Parts: sequence; structure tokens; C-alpha cells
Amino acid sequence: MTRLLTVENLTVGLPAGADRPHAVEDVSLHLDAGEILCVVGESGSGKSITANTVMGLLPKGLPVKGGAITFEGEPLLGLSAEAMRSRRGRRMAMVFQEPMTALNPLMKVGDQIAEALAVHGKGAEAKARVPELLAAVNLPDPAAIARMHPFRLSGGQRQRVMIAMALALEPALLIADEPTTALDVTTQAQILRLIREIQQRRGMGVMFITHDFGVVAEIADRVAVMQRGRIVEQGTASEVLNAPRHPYTRTLISAVPHGRASDRAAIGPEPVLAMKGVTKTYQRGGWFGARAVVKAVHDADFTLNKGETLGLVGESGSGKSTLARCVVRLVEPEQGEILFHGANLRPLSRQGWLPYRKRIQMVFQDPYASLNPRRKVGDAITEGPVTHGVSPAEARQRALELLRLVKLDPSAMDRYPHEFSGGQRQRIGLARALAMQPELLIADEPVSALDVSVQAQVLDLLAEIRQRLGLTMLFITHDLRVAAQICDRIAVMQRGAIVELGPTAEVFGAPKHPYTRSLLDSIPGRGWTPPELAEIS
Amino acid sequence: MELSRFPAYLAGRLVKAAIVVLAIVVCNFFLIHAAPGDPASIIAGQSGAADAKFLEQLRAQFGLDQPLYVQLWVYLKGVLTLDLGFSHRQQASVAALLWDRLPATLLLTGAAFLFAIVIGVTMGALAARRVGSWSDSVITVLALTFYATPLFWVGLMLVLLFSVTLEWLPSFGMMSVGVELSGFAWLLDIGKHLLLPALTLGLFYVAVYARLTRATMLEVADQDFVKTARAKGVPEGRILRRHVLRNAMLPVITFAGIQAGQLIGGSILVETVFAWPGIGRLAFEALLARDYQVLMGVFFCTSVMVVLFNLITDLLYAIVDPRVEVS
Repeated sequence: MTRLLTVENLTVGLPAGADRPHAVEDVSLHLDAGEILCVVGESGSGKSITANTVMGLLPKGLPVKGGAITFEGEPLLGLSAEAMRSRRGRRMAMVFQEPMTALNPLMKVGDQIAEALAVHGKGAEAKARVPELLAAVNLPDPAAIARMHPFRLSGGQRQRVMIAMALALEPALLIADEPTTALDVTTQAQILRLIREIQQRRGMGVMFITHDFGVVAEIADRVAVMQRGRIVEQGTASEVLNAPRHPYTRTLISAVPHGRASDRAAIGPEPVLAMKGVTKTYQRGGWFGARAVVKAVHDADFTLNKGETLGLVGESGSGKSTLARCVVRLVEPEQGEILFHGANLRPLSRQGWLPYRKRIQMVFQDPYASLNPRRKVGDAITEGPVTHGVSPAEARQRALELLRLVKLDPSAMDRYPHEFSGGQRQRIGLARALAMQPELLIADEPVSALDVSVQAQVLDLLAEIRQRLGLTMLFITHDLRVAAQICDRIAVMQRGAIVELGPTAEVFGAPKHPYTRSLLDSIPGRGWTPPELAEIS
Repeated sequence: MELSRFPAYLAGRLVKAAIVVLAIVVCNFFLIHAAPGDPASIIAGQSGAADAKFLEQLRAQFGLDQPLYVQLWVYLKGVLTLDLGFSHRQQASVAALLWDRLPATLLLTGAAFLFAIVIGVTMGALAARRVGSWSDSVITVLALTFYATPLFWVGLMLVLLFSVTLEWLPSFGMMSVGVELSGFAWLLDIGKHLLLPALTLGLFYVAVYARLTRATMLEVADQDFVKTARAKGVPEGRILRRHVLRNAMLPVITFAGIQAGQLIGGSILVETVFAWPGIGRLAFEALLARDYQVLMGVFFCTSVMVVLFNLITDLLYAIVDPRVEVS
């Protein structure tokens, strides 16, 4: 095999005032032609910086302080901007994480691919090559797709366009920066398969950046694990996945949701919440245009018993969040019954709803957006109880206890949300919900925005709190491993309807609905069971 | 945008626009009539024969003795047939007066508009390209100065410099008085007269466009698709033109639509300072003379312009930005 890329002792600085002096420090790695190297790490570990340095796409504020990069036998650092530009797209190409924003919204996708050819002097071939390329990434009707603007395509289709664009000049190196992170699980499986297939067909070297060990297990030949700007472990995929040596790798792997249901107390049939015939439709259009009706939720009945955790699982657009939002009336369904302890909440007025507000609470997905940046954490937690008539002193006392419960320092009370990390903020969100002493907690993708190790902590915390307080929980997630770990029963949603509902072990062990089966088949790294590792202190 | 749906969309928008214009006409009518004083009392006052009987007679002649709703009905009927009434003061039909003045105003505002967009966007793009450099600072400071200086003062200073001190350009009017010119010389004469007022009217908007373009371009330059373009080896100049500038033009178009709508009404001050024979000055004179019919005609004209330019902006947007659905 030929050595395609070598990075030796690369060090890239950070601007003064950052939390560490170097974005990446002393990083060495190599990639052969026809090989997939996964660079794994949590956010801020320097994996994207490493990739951008290779591409010559570092932002101005980050200087390369040392090291060498050799690509196809030539040193890359020190090449002129023009020399780097002529290699980008032609010899090395990159695919990014966010398919929704990575394409120019005003240009037809065919033109964007043609531009890649044109800037490297192959504009004449574009007419013939563009449909070929779109066909190569398995897009149906390439000629029609080439004439579309990005907004007409789904996330998965856009990512295919990005890959087609990257492949346009048959580069020797493809850098994929979390290319499937923003995609649904079934789409992710397709894209991973596509990258693997193309890589094998063309013998490219692929540097694949990810935070997801499932994806690593699915696609990697070799793995480099990064932590705080350094590579802490490097080896073949099976070595790193099954016998990790470095403590950090071991922490990361043991934090991967294992998907094994834990033993739980039996749940008696004591309904807290029952949804019957709830329907929500969205309409678009008016006056002159044709009306478009989307059934966001229909045929989604379920009952939630006291102390139970029900997982609502589905891909984006399946209606799982809409259904959950119906319960707390962030969305108003037009039909059906929402029975909370037998009382129908749907027809209630705003006033009539008030007593139920504190009994049903919600935790949101985005820990950054769901806290008011101008309010101290203590105020955010006590606001709810105080509006419901608890004395400020008592609310404060309770807030302190809650901070302890979610394992935050009491000093957090007087600080602002921006002083906390994502995981800490999600705990604050949890404390805020718990401050109302709810009977029913609705958690809408509470761990999806978090790094895997933080995710594991928050999941443990949820499990613990649930046991201690006897909470009933509706847990919404797109991640089947997470659902398996925390839920007693699972409801699988597809296009607004619950297609399968049953005990976790049953749904995972013997799925009845074809959609459930395809979801389970799409879990990245389903062939890999994270090894049981001894606890690391 | 799907072309098949376009006619229905346009028809719908035109119906809505007509309703809006009609509503504005009604509002204008009541606004004008709520103001104290009427044309009869002004004319009577100026002719020095303000006895009650003469006033009555004048009012009857103008139809001012009719109940308000009848006057409104008569006016609305007129507007629908594009008969905007008769100015007793100027002894001419309002439509003819407006028609007479409209070309001058359109010339002035059109020139100012083009000047503002071309210079403003160029300045903004230059500043964004060299962000942080001295040329960026110069442009930013210049834009801020234009932005903060009152229009009429700029006008007066320009006159002082170019007409009085340097004697390069004429200070008022639309063409030289007492000279018969034709062909190129005629155009040049108008151009010379146009330069200062158009500059004065446009400078403020130059500042707005420069600032808007600079800010949006910097914002767009940070977006993912620009990085994609860089990753596929597109040269910087081409990235700037094809990816950054095109996307940055969207808010500029929105603002240009607003400016275009306001240009006719907004030129009153400049037309007065430079004695430009346009609609703005007509409005100013009509206001002083309580010439209801002319004032309402000017309002009608400007509101039609605003609604029209709004429509044009929306259509343009639908063409430039494929994400805008016409439905």
C-alpha cells in the first residue's frame, strides 16, 4: 500500500485567552491509500482542526506552530495559497457535518458540482460528468436533481450531493468531518455504506472524523483517539474498540450506551397519562395556492403508568416531539383526549390548565438555547415554584437541594448559564423541571446534543432521580441504544403514527413491524458490542 | 419558483395591492379633512374678500358644502376612473399636474437610487473583502458620516462648494433658463443640474447600503457553504462574487424595495433645496396652499409607488431566491 498522508508532530496554536495553549499538540498520524482512518474524540478535542490543517483551511487566528504534513510525497505546510487551492478539490476533498448549510442555497446543485470541475479546468466535462456523479452516489433521476436547488433535497440527499461534489475530480484523499452526525439513523447507515463502497471502488484514503463509536465500528480500518488536542491512542479498529488501553478511550467506550436494559421494579397498571385519538395536522397555503395538509400526529395512542419510562423513538419528522408537545400544550391538537389521571386536558382553558402545569414538566434538547442567558441559574430554577405560590426563601432552599441532586455545586445559584458546559446546563434544565415537583417528566432528546461521556452521566442521573423520586417519564429520542438503556417500554413512531409499542426487550429482541426492523438494522456498529471494561476511577 | 403558478400568484397580489391602495386613499381623505382650514377659506383670505357669502359660494362651487361621505364617494368614484379632481388654485386637473411633474421626480430619484445601490454595494463589498484594513476603516467612517449628516445640510454644502466656490455646477432648477438646447447638449445640461440633487438624495442610502452589504457579506463569509467552496478549490475572488456577494444581496434587495417606495415621497426636501420641478415640490406648495385635491393626488401617487415597489421586490426576491415559494 502506498502512504498517502503523513502528519508528524503537528502543533497548532490557539488564540491567547483560550482554555489551552494549543488546539492540537504533537499530533502524528498516517493514512494509506485504500484505508479508512477514524479520528475519534469529543467536541473540542482538535479532530476537526487537524483535518482543516491538512486541507489548508485553518481559520486565520490559528497558526501552525510546528510539525510537518506530507501528502502524496510532497510537504504541504509552506505551500503557497495558490498551490494549496489547486490541490483542494482535485487531490483532496472534504465533506462536512451540516448538509443543510454546506451547499449554496442560491445555486442549483448541478452547478455547484460543475463549479468544482470548472475551477480545476475541467469545465468542459461538466455536462456529462455531473449526472454521472449524481448517479454514482445513488441519487434517483440525476438529471432532474442536478437542476434542483438544495432546499428541495432532504438532508441525506444533500449529503450525497456533497459526496458527489467531493468525488468530482477523483481525489486521492477524502476527509469526512462528521458527515452523518446530522442525519437520521437509516440515512446514516446508507451514507456510511456509500462512503465505504466508493472508497473501495476507487481506492481512496478516507480520514473520517466522528464522535460516535458505533460509526467507528461500522467503518474504520484504523482508529486515532484524540483528547484535548493530543492523540492518546492509535491502532487498528478491533484493537481500539475491543481492547482499549488508554484510560480516556476506556472511559469513552464504557460511556457508549450499551443498549442493555437494566433490571427495574415491576410497573403496575396505574395510568398517569393516556393519549386517545390525538390528532394534529399542519396546513400550508391559502388564497390561491393549493392547500397542503401534513398529518403530524395520528393513530398514536399510548398509556403511561406510574413510575414507568416510555420511550418515543423515531426519525426526524416522525411526530415524536409534536406528540410530546401536545401533552404540555406547546402544540394544540385538534382532536382526541389527553387523559392525565383520568382528566381530559385537551379542552381545558389556559386557566384550567394552570394546576396541571406544575405536575407535568419538560426538559428540552438544546442545553444552550433552553436557558435564558440573562438570568442567573438560581432564578431560573426558582421562577416556576415562586409563580405557583412557593415563598422565595423556600424555593431557594429547594433549588439548593436540587443542585445537589443533579450534582452541581451550590455556588451555581448565582452564576449565569454561559459559565456552564452543555452537560452542566442540561442538569440545570433538569433541576428546573424538578423544582416544580412534577409527577410526569417529558424529556425531549435530553442527551442528543451532548458528548458521549457527558451523555452517560446525564443518563445515569436521570435513572437515579427517577428511582429516588418515583417519576413517570416520557422519553423522546432518536437514539435506539439510549432508549434501550433507559426505557421500560418503547413506542416506535413513523410518519405521525405509533407503529409498534411494547416492552423494551421485546421491541429490540423480536421487532414485529418492518420499520422497527429497519431502524434496528441501521444502528451503526450493531455488530459490535462494547466490551465490559473494569471501572476506571 | 414554479412558473405555472406565477399568473395566479401575480393576480392574487394585484388584487391585494388594489385593496391596500383603496384603503390608503380613504385614510388620506379623512386625514386631509381632519386638518383645520379648507381651500375656500385660503382663497377667500388671499383675495381679500372674506365675507361669509363669498365663502359659501366658493364652498358650493368646490362641493365642500356636501356631507363628508358624499365628498368621499365622489372622490372615490373619481380615483377609480383615474380622475383625481381639479385644482382650483392652479386651474388644472390634478392628474395633469402630477403627470407633468412625475418625469422630473422619477429622473431625480431613479438617478439617486442607482447611484446609492452601485456605490453603496461596491463600498460595502470592498470593506468586507479587506475587513480590518485601513480601507475598511475609511469606508466605515465615510459611511457613518453620510448616515449621520442631515440631507438638506449636505445639499447646501454641496451647492456652496460646487456652485458658489468652484462654479462647476448649477445650483438649482432642472435645466438652464433662456437657452434653447437640443440633443447631447440638452442631455448634458440636465445631467449637470441633476448631479448635485441626486448626490444629496443618494448619499444617505449609499451609507445604508455600504453598511448593510459589509455586515451581510461578513456574515455570509462565515457560513458553511463558503467553506465548501473553499474546500473544492474555488479561488477567493470567485468565492466572493459567486457565493458571498450573491447571498449577501438578499437583504440589500429587501432594503432597496423599501427605498424605492420611499423615493418619491422622500425627495420633498431635496426638491425644495434645489428648486427641482418635481412632485415633492408640488406637494410642498399644495400643502402651503391647502390645495386638497393636489395633496390627495400626491399621496395617491406615492402610495401606488410604495405598493408597486413592494410587489416588484417580492417578485424579484422570488426570482433571486429559489427558496421563496409563490403560494
